[in-house]
Amino acid sequence: MSLNVKSNIPVKISDKTLARIEVLKSRFPQGKQKSAILTILHEVQDENDNWLTVEAMDKVAEILNLRPIEVYEVVSFYSMYNQKPVGKYMFEFCHTSCCVTRGVEDLMEYTMKKIGVKKKGEVSADGLFSVKGVECLGACGYAPMMQLGDYYHEFLTPEKIDQLIEDCKAGKVELDSSKILNS
Amino acid sequence: MAGKKILLEHVNVPGIATYEVYRQHGGYASAEKALKMAPMDIVEEVKKSGLRGRGGAGFPTGLKWSFIDKKSGRPRYLICNADESEPGTFKDRYLMEKLPHLLIEGMIISSFALEAHLSYIYIRGEYMWIYRILEKAISEAYAQGWLGKNIKGSGYDLDLYVTCGAGAYICGEETGLIESLEGKRGNPRIKPPFPAVVGLYGNPTVVNNVETIMDVPWILLNGGDEFAKIGIGKSTGTKLISASGNIKNPGVYEIELGVTVEEFFSSDEYCGGMQTDRPLKACVPGGSSVPILPANLLFKTAKGETRLMTYESMSDGGFVTGSMIGSGGFIVYDDRQCIVRNTWNFSRFYHHESCGQCSPCREGTGWLEKVTWRLEHGYGNMEDIDLLWDVQRRIEGNTICPLGDAAAWPVAAAIRHFRHEFEYHVRYPERIKDRKHFEAEPWEKVKHLMKDEAVRV
Ligand SMILES: Cc1cc2nc3c(=O)[nH]c(=O)nc-3n(C[C@H](O)[C@H](O)[C@H](O)COP(=O)(O)O)c2cc1C
Ligand code: SF4
Ligand code: FES
Repeated sequence: MSLNVKSNIPVKISDKTLARIEVLKSRFPQGKQKSAILTILHEVQDENDNWLTVEAMDKVAEILNLRPIEVYEVVSFYSMYNQKPVGKYMFEFCHTSCCVTRGVEDLMEYTMKKIGVKKKGEVSADGLFSVKGVECLGACGYAPMMQLGDYYHEFLTPEKIDQLIEDCKAGKVELDSSKILNS
Repeated sequence: MAGKKILLEHVNVPGIATYEVYRQHGGYASAEKALKMAPMDIVEEVKKSGLRGRGGAGFPTGLKWSFIDKKSGRPRYLICNADESEPGTFKDRYLMEKLPHLLIEGMIISSFALEAHLSYIYIRGEYMWIYRILEKAISEAYAQGWLGKNIKGSGYDLDLYVTCGAGAYICGEETGLIESLEGKRGNPRIKPPFPAVVGLYGNPTVVNNVETIMDVPWILLNGGDEFAKIGIGKSTGTKLISASGNIKNPGVYEIELGVTVEEFFSSDEYCGGMQTDRPLKACVPGGSSVPILPANLLFKTAKGETRLMTYESMSDGGFVTGSMIGSGGFIVYDDRQCIVRNTWNFSRFYHHESCGQCSPCREGTGWLEKVTWRLEHGYGNMEDIDLLWDVQRRIEGNTICPLGDAAAWPVAAAIRHFRHEFEYHVRYPERIKDRKHFEAEPWEKVKHLMKDEAVRV
C-alpha cells in the first residue's frame, strides 16, 4: 500500500474527535489553522486502527481546507504516522546507543522469538504483535525500553516482556493517554 | 556534599504537578513579581544571570532576547523547544512530567519580557502522555487567571498552548521546529534572517529550551546576581545532566556547573561509578552530537588539568582532545562496548534524521552509515577508514543547519581516538563477527595483536 492507492476502508471520525479538532484549530491565529495538522493527524490515526489511509488524509485535507498533497507531504515526513496497517500492539524498541549499552538488541531478539516473527515489522500470526526498532525516545537512563501506544515501558527484562504480552492478550494494557486530560 | 537545587528543589513533593501544591510551595510568586516589572528590566536580570541556553548551543539567553525585533510592531512569539530527541538526553521530559507549572510560570515571565501575547510549547509526539499533562496544567493556569486576558489585573494578555510533533529529530532545530509548527515538513530554513526577525508566520520569534525557560522564575525571584554566583566563570547556575549507559545510577541530576567530572561520575549522589566491575572505556559527555572522549581524557584535560562540568572545561582542547557539554547527555561506555559499532549506531541515527535538503548531509550521512556498517560487520578495508574521514570532513560546515556537523563530529572523534579499533575490525574480521565481540575479549586483551604491524596515526 502506498500514498496514492485508495484503501476503500471507511474513515472513522467521531463527533467527539470533530469537536476536539475544532478546539485544536482555535489555538492558532486566524488563517493559520494548518498549524494544527500534526495534532489532528495523531487524533485521526488513533481512531483509525493506528494508520492513515489515503481517504483519512483526504479527510484531514478537507477539514483544514488544504490541498491533499499538503497533507501527504507532511505524513510522509514524520515517522510516527503509519501509511500501512500495523499490529495492534506495536512494540517500538529504542535501538539507539544508550539502549544498546543496556542490552536492547538481545531483548528485541527475545521478543521476536516470543511472538513468532522472523523480522522487524512482520505482524504475528494472531495479528496482534509486531516489533519495530526506533531511534532514541528520550528514556536513555531507563533502558532498555520501548513505546507501546502512548506509553513507555522501561527497565525491561525478558520477564517483563512475557508479562506485557500476556497483559496485551488479556486487553489489560493501556495505550491511550487521553484520559489524563479528564482525570 | 549536595549541590544547590534551583529546578529540582521540590521535585519529590507529592502532587507538585498540580496547581494547588505548586502554589503552596511558592509557585507563581515569581510571575507575580515579574508582572509588576518593566519587560526590559526582566531581560536585564536574565542578562546579569549569565544564563546560557540549555538546548545544546549554550548561547546567552538575555542577549538572544534582546535581539527580538520590537520596533516593527509585528506580533512576537515565544516557542518552548520541547522536542528533546538528542540521543542521551532525557532531562526536559523529566522536568515537564514532574513540574509542568514551573514551565508554565517560566513561559509567562519570558513571554512578558519579550512582550509576546501568544506562545507555544512544541513537544515531540512520542511524549504524548506529557503533552496531556501539560495541556491539563495549562487549563488549570487559565482557570486560575494566570493565562488569558488581563492576567491578575496586570493588563497583560497571554495565550499559551502546547502542540506536538510526530517523530523527527530535525524539528528540534529551531527553524525546522518553526516550519513544523506551521504545519509543514520540518525542513530547516537558511539563516539569516534569524527567527528573532523572521520566525513563526514571518513574525519575530524566540525559541528556547525547556530547561532554559524553567530557570527564569528562580532568576527573577532571587536576582540575576544570585544565579551568577553559582558556577564558575561564564558557566553560571545549575545544569541538568541526563546520565545513561554503563553506570550504576542512570538518571537525571541537577549539578552546580563547576563540579569535577570525576565527582559527577564517581559520587553516589550522581552516577555512582560503573554499572559492574567492567572498566570505563569512553564517554560521550553532552549528547550524541559531541565528540567522544576516551577514558584518559575524561577526568583530566590533555594539559593534565582537572576537567570540570562547565562549558569551557569540557571543550578544553577543542575537538582534538576535548568535547562539549552540549545538551548534557552524559553517556558512559564500558569495555564491552565497541566504538566502531557505536559510531555506526550514531551514523544510522543521523542518516535516518537528515531532512534531505542539502546534498552533503543527505548523501554524506548515508555514506557514513554505509561505511561504518561495513567496517563493523567485517567487510571493510583500510581505505574505508580514510574514506570515512574524508566524508565527514566534507559535510562539516557545508550545510543549511548544524545536523550535518552533528553527524560528522562523532565520526571524526571516534577515528581520532580509536583508530586502532577500526583497524582491528579490518584486520581481524573473524574476531568481530559476533556483535558482542568485546564482551569476552575486550580491546585490552586483543590489542597486542595489533603490535606486529606499525599502526598509522
Ligand atoms: C539537529 C538539531 C536538533 C536540535 N534539537 C534540539 C532539541 O531537541 N531541544 C532543544 O532545546 N534544542 C535543540 N536544538 C537547538 C535549537 O536549534 C536551539 O538552539 C535551541 O532550542 C535554543 O534554545 P536555548 O537557547 O534555550 O538553548 C537542536 C539543534 C539542532 C541543530
Ligand atoms: S544539514 Fe541535513 S538536516 Fe540540516 S537542513 Fe541540511 S539536509 Fe536537512
Ligand atoms: S538511546 Fe534509547 S531512549 Fe535514548
